[in-house]
Amino acid sequence: MGLNRFQISEIAIEPDTLRSELLNKVAGAYVSFEGWVRNHNEGAPVQALEYSAYRVLAEKEGDRIIAEALDRFEIAGAAAIHRVGMLAIGDIAVWVGVGSAHRGPAFDGCRYIIDEIKDRVPIWKRESYENGPDQWVNCAKGGL
Amino acid sequence: MKLTIEYYAILKEQRGRGSESLETPARKPAELYDELKARHGLSLDRSTLKVAVNEEFAEWDQPLQDGDTVVFIPPVAGG
Repeated sequence: MGLNRFQISEIAIEPDTLRSELLNKVAGAYVSFEGWVRNHNEGAPVQALEYSAYRVLAEKEGDRIIAEALDRFEIAGAAAIHRVGMLAIGDIAVWVGVGSAHRGPAFDGCRYIIDEIKDRVPIWKRESYENGPDQWVNCAKGGL
Repeated sequence: MKLTIEYYAILKEQRGRGSESLETPARKPAELYDELKARHGLSLDRSTLKVAVNEEFAEWDQPLQDGDTVVFIPPVAGG
């Protein structure tokens, strides 16, 4: 992981390692977000899911989001990482960490980064259900 | 004009492959997607997609150049 970078990872995310890398470089407040694979989506039991990404553009856009957060909020450093591949219930799908001198900007920057990742970064999720066919999340009904 | 098209996620599944080289009369990404949607029965409406040319987000009416790589981006679902 790099400070002030967004990364796509094919291997399990290790928050403790990421946290200590960030804390080595910033001091004061630290806020992190972990997105976990949950066992249901809109009422349907989920068995497994697969994330895929358009990696080059995902990492470019993710880097831009982090640069925007550094510009907008009084934060000292930030990093984010998103898994791809087959994930199991409880696995970490995404991690965001932000360090700052004070807690307010750290919360705000972390929230901004995860919201923008979900909205802008070309990553897709394919869910397998206990009942019914697999589905690409947000792509049903022609994507409308 | 010869283009490379890369497919991801639901479009990759529907096209049955991750990329292809294509000789096409299309001059803009919008024309290219309409051509591919009709030929391969792609389910997503163009209004729900974004497009990238040569690894950067692009406009639907941006002129394409010979040798460009075009990627159609379905609704994202990270996080």
